[in-house]
Amino acid sequence: MIRRFGTATRALHWATAAAVLTCALTGLVLYVGPLSALVGRRNLVKDVHVIAGLSMPVPLVLAYAGRWRTEVRAEFRRLSRWTRADRRWLRSRGWDATDEVGKFNAGQKLNAAFVAGMIPIMLATGSIMKWFEPFPVRYRTGATFVHDWTAIATWAVVAGHILFALNDRMSLRGMLTGRVTRRWAEARHPKWAAEHPEPAPAAGVGVGEPGDQPLP
Amino acid sequence: MEPGQPADAAEPDPADSDADPGETRGTPIGRRVVLGMIGLGAAGVVFGDTIQSRVERALRPLTQNDPTGVSSFLPTAGRFRIYTVTGHLPERSTGEYRLTVDGKVERPLSLSYDDLLARPQTDLTLDFQCVTGWRVADVPWTGVRLSDLLDEAGVAEGATHLRIWSFDGAYTESLTLDQARRDDVIAAHRMQDGPVTREHGGPVRLYVGPMYGYKSLKWLERIEVVDQLHEGYWEVRGYDVDAWVGRSNGRSDEPTS
Repeated sequence: MIRRFGTATRALHWATAAAVLTCALTGLVLYVGPLSALVGRRNLVKDVHVIAGLSMPVPLVLAYAGRWRTEVRAEFRRLSRWTRADRRWLRSRGWDATDEVGKFNAGQKLNAAFVAGMIPIMLATGSIMKWFEPFPVRYRTGATFVHDWTAIATWAVVAGHILFALNDRMSLRGMLTGRVTRRWAEARHPKWAAEHPEPAPAAGVGVGEPGDQPLP
Repeated sequence: MEPGQPADAAEPDPADSDADPGETRGTPIGRRVVLGMIGLGAAGVVFGDTIQSRVERALRPLTQNDPTGVSSFLPTAGRFRIYTVTGHLPERSTGEYRLTVDGKVERPLSLSYDDLLARPQTDLTLDFQCVTGWRVADVPWTGVRLSDLLDEAGVAEGATHLRIWSFDGAYTESLTLDQARRDDVIAAHRMQDGPVTREHGGPVRLYVGPMYGYKSLKWLERIEVVDQLHEGYWEVRGYDVDAWVGRSNGRSDEPTS
């Protein structure tokens, strides 16, 4: 097994995921007429939506607040940097340049960048919608416009993200337990797997777990 | 050639160097995507108003004749959004429906759905503007003028306001007598060319033409004539009592009536 994600990274991922899902579900109830009618309690749903929205960047801030920031920053650096192979990989929808994929493939990098851009946008436009008094009316309408369309895009991206995770259970397991098999890493993220050379086997002793065997 | 890439193609691109544990090299596309999105978002806040109304107008032929109804969920569709303040959607059949007009009146009324239909009807085709920003254009409404009902009940001396009750058990609204006597203020039993549906406040709701949507109380049950202002559900929570479209709540929408 190879260690894929540290505790801070996983905590950041799941805390953000909880806030995003809460916002997505309550937002859907507020937005879709028949659902609003079915659920009712608009004030409560609205409060939950606002609180979840305001708490969305908190895990990110906390991730940078402690000594675990080195770990999280390293992941962000990897997510932000694109090689030419990444672009080729993305253009070919993941068929080309597969042997040059690092810790994150270009799709994962794009997903992370979208979420990182989505959070400040939703926070800013949502705040304008909630505390509308000081803003000109057209900015409020504009904020609603941006909030609505970004929400629709987020639904699409998050649904895709979840589908990809369910289609690749080892990837999901990496985010849940922090560990993945070497075999999976070598197949899906070969350049990253190469950063973790296999420990030299002790003579005469069988090593590793079944999952650790390289592909034939 | 993209910015950030070396100009000389013969030079090895450091981004493609094999030995880069931790992947510290390469173009910071992620950062650019984030900054680009924030820039787009800011532009959307400033220009969204204009874009929204243009797209809405352009899509209207499509959204108004969409048999699937899917397009009504687009943010630009010019559609009603259904709000309730209680945990349920109130239900009352036309058979059991009663509208009470009481308080400071000479002859309290208790009208059935058919009683309302038997009275002189008013047709209006006016926009519905919500204080949260959405607007539905050219909605046909049919109902009985509140002024007719007030005349029938006979408003007593000293009365100044109406306190209007919904059978959802929570929502109330207020109007001055002068506002309520306008020609475009009706107890509506038809909207959008059909009976007022349950989610739109049926069987009978209020439609206050010149004011923001929160004045057009749904699931109308009782009109109480009173001698002082009783603020309505949202008014207690900070909305303007005199909710003229375009002249209240800090908004400048085009008037609806």
